[in-house]
Amino acid sequence: MINGSKINIEHLNLHIGNKHILKDIHVKIPEKKLTVILGPSGCGKTTLLKSLNRLTDLYPEVKTQGKIFNDNEDILHPKIEITELRKKMGLLAQSPYPLPMSIYDNITYGLRISGRRKKKYLNKRVEYYLRQVSLWEEVKDRLKDPASALSIGQQQRLCLARGLSVDPDIILADEPTSALDPVSSREIEELFLKLKQRYTIVMVTHILRQARRVADYVIFMYLGEIIEHGPAKQIFENPKNPITKSYIKGIYS
Amino acid sequence: MKRKFRVNRKLLKKSEELLFRVFMILSTTIIIMALLAIIASILIKGVPSLSWSMISETPKGGYYFGKEGGILNAIIGSLYLSTGATLLALVVSLPLALYINIHKMKQKRAVNSIRFILDLLWGIPSIVYGAFGFMLMVYLGLRTSLLAGILTVALFIIPIMVRSMDEVLKTVPKGLIESAFSLGSTKSETAFRIVLRQCIPGLITAVLLSFGRAIGDAAAVLFTAGYTDYIPTSLSQPTATLPLSVFFQLSSPIPEVQNRAYASAVILTIIVLIISITSRAFSMKYQKNKIK
Amino acid sequence: MKAIALPNFKTRRVLRESGSEFWMKCCYILIWTMPIILLTGLIIKSATLFQEKSVLELLFSSKWKPLSGQFGFLPFILSSLWITFLSILIAAPICLLTAIYITQYTKRIVLKIMHPVIDILAGIPSVIYGVWGILIIVPFVAKMASWFNIQSSGYSILSGAIVLSVMIIPFVLNILIEIYRSIPLELSEASLSLGATKWETIKKVLTQKAFPGIISSFGLGVSRAFGETIAVLMVVGNVVQIPRGIFQAGYPLPALIANNYGEMLSIPMYDRALMLAALILFVVVTIFNLGSRYLINYYEKKI
Repeated sequence: MINGSKINIEHLNLHIGNKHILKDIHVKIPEKKLTVILGPSGCGKTTLLKSLNRLTDLYPEVKTQGKIFNDNEDILHPKIEITELRKKMGLLAQSPYPLPMSIYDNITYGLRISGRRKKKYLNKRVEYYLRQVSLWEEVKDRLKDPASALSIGQQQRLCLARGLSVDPDIILADEPTSALDPVSSREIEELFLKLKQRYTIVMVTHILRQARRVADYVIFMYLGEIIEHGPAKQIFENPKNPITKSYIKGIYS
Repeated sequence: MKRKFRVNRKLLKKSEELLFRVFMILSTTIIIMALLAIIASILIKGVPSLSWSMISETPKGGYYFGKEGGILNAIIGSLYLSTGATLLALVVSLPLALYINIHKMKQKRAVNSIRFILDLLWGIPSIVYGAFGFMLMVYLGLRTSLLAGILTVALFIIPIMVRSMDEVLKTVPKGLIESAFSLGSTKSETAFRIVLRQCIPGLITAVLLSFGRAIGDAAAVLFTAGYTDYIPTSLSQPTATLPLSVFFQLSSPIPEVQNRAYASAVILTIIVLIISITSRAFSMKYQKNKIK
Repeated sequence: MKAIALPNFKTRRVLRESGSEFWMKCCYILIWTMPIILLTGLIIKSATLFQEKSVLELLFSSKWKPLSGQFGFLPFILSSLWITFLSILIAAPICLLTAIYITQYTKRIVLKIMHPVIDILAGIPSVIYGVWGILIIVPFVAKMASWFNIQSSGYSILSGAIVLSVMIIPFVLNILIEIYRSIPLELSEASLSLGATKWETIKKVLTQKAFPGIISSFGLGVSRAFGETIAVLMVVGNVVQIPRGIFQAGYPLPALIANNYGEMLSIPMYDRALMLAALILFVVVTIFNLGSRYLINYYEKKI
């Protein structure tokens, strides 16, 4: 069923203090597909997503056990080069957090950090990535403006472009449309459908209809556990587990 | 070639971070060490001069020359002055802080401008209050006295007290105030019966903090409260205070007099430490009991 | 029975309500008028000095001879500026590095230890700082001067600045900690997931974001430092001269007022000169205070 898997999560357990947040997560995330992590609020979806690029390190009292393999590298291994790892995964947060600098610098930040400084190259990249998220026409005349001057939908697309700028293989999206108006949400969804040709996308959402619209593969979580996972068609049309069934029918949402 | 360059860059990044981390640890240590050095130097110099007669007698033969006697005048004087000033400030500050947060709840602009004024007043150095108070006293033909000291210090701690209370009252949930209104209570009843009760530990912290400011300030009382060897028996008499007891007696060439200054410094430090610790305890308790 | 008690109760209640509200309004008006009263009082009192002296002479002359009616404030203004800026120069990096360290690098427990440290430092009275300065800083500065082959008693601009810097550290540090803590974690996450290291994130993103706040905190520190009186007075030497080095004695404005209040009524125009000093303090402190607050409010809306 899964041709190539991009990320293998093996028996992942995560505690915050005494709370058991993620319980024995064991799943494979397929390559160049859009995987949706679905489930009601507070079931550990976001935590799972953030453990994929070890942003969980930022929170106090987090303990993880288990393994997460990305291209045969164990992400959770303490000796791994964490900045290189994170560069392989673009992150799109719940609401847009543009860096406190100009639109232009938001895109070039990641590039300059990895040592690319040639003006010509940077200009080209900025245009390229802004076109990728269909933002170029809207902002090409005001690249030096602070990013916070953009509308919130534009900001989110800028954040997506920023994430793409370091050339990741994977895009992690944490309820990327939850702060947006319906039109901007639609734009983001369409972008994702376009981008999944080239990137492995993992998206967290609790909006069932959104999952139906975009998902290739679904991981359904409930109270820190994976209840069921499989191709979207199977999960939505023929769920096996009763909890999944009732969620799909709309009991929890 | 390119690979080597990358490795070097990484090394550079790492060592930069390391260097700054060393600086950070150094700065944090400097701050902690400064505090310890202050307390230690005061204690080492002052504790040997502490004795029962030091804290139970007033100076004999003049505070600047007499070798006998202690600092009771300054201890009692400081307590009188700061208690008086704190009570006076409380009478103005508490109603005002409640007024801002309950009566004026809806008038964002008025609230913001009064906060702005309070911040402005808080920023004004105490010597300016002192000079102003002195000028006023000269104008009115008054002499240095406990009352003048109390008035000046009260003026100077009112902004501090109101702003600290305001910070506490700000956190009262709107829902609590609204539900008090909906039970039919008036604005003042809501303020004094509901909100006050909810916030009492935080407000006590604010009062303690202001008391600490009042007892420690020298510049405002320098002109207004005067200095004397005796314990004041009425509001119109001048009074000694601990900070000035340190300030005046330290400059004396006589070691016994200097010892009185060091003893005063120890007493003052201990009082301030006690205030700091109790107010911290109160604010911890406050965080526990608060209805969220 | 009840029918009689009820209106009584009602009137009492109405009275109490209007009474307390009246008092509240009085306090409200008092606060509003306080700065105006202070400012006009100081202006009226010092204004008569301007009738006889030009502003330029007062501010830029270095001749201070109250007995012959010469009031040149330059030595005092320069001393105040020297001490204030030196103290900020010392305090600023220490505060910034500590704030970054305890908000970004250490566990919560360090913040919990540092909070009381900051509280106590902020609560220690000025005069205690002065005693500490005399006991430790002044001899230290005297020794330091001897390393540079400079004769100094230690009672100097530098001593004043060091004592003052420790006094403003809790004030500035508190603001900086608040600022760094209020930056959303998501911003760090965004930067880290672009492959930035922690230090790069702090340097290029967090500090950028906090920048207006950092400048404001330093400005507020300046306003605090400029008016500090007793501690500085005790260690700075109090010699009327234009300071020409950090190991020389200085004589800042607050010390001028504090040292001379006794004589100020016996020498003509002296009281007005001292009120002018108070007015200068008021104005400078308020400008820095309000300027910093304005800056932080302005940028909070923008970034």
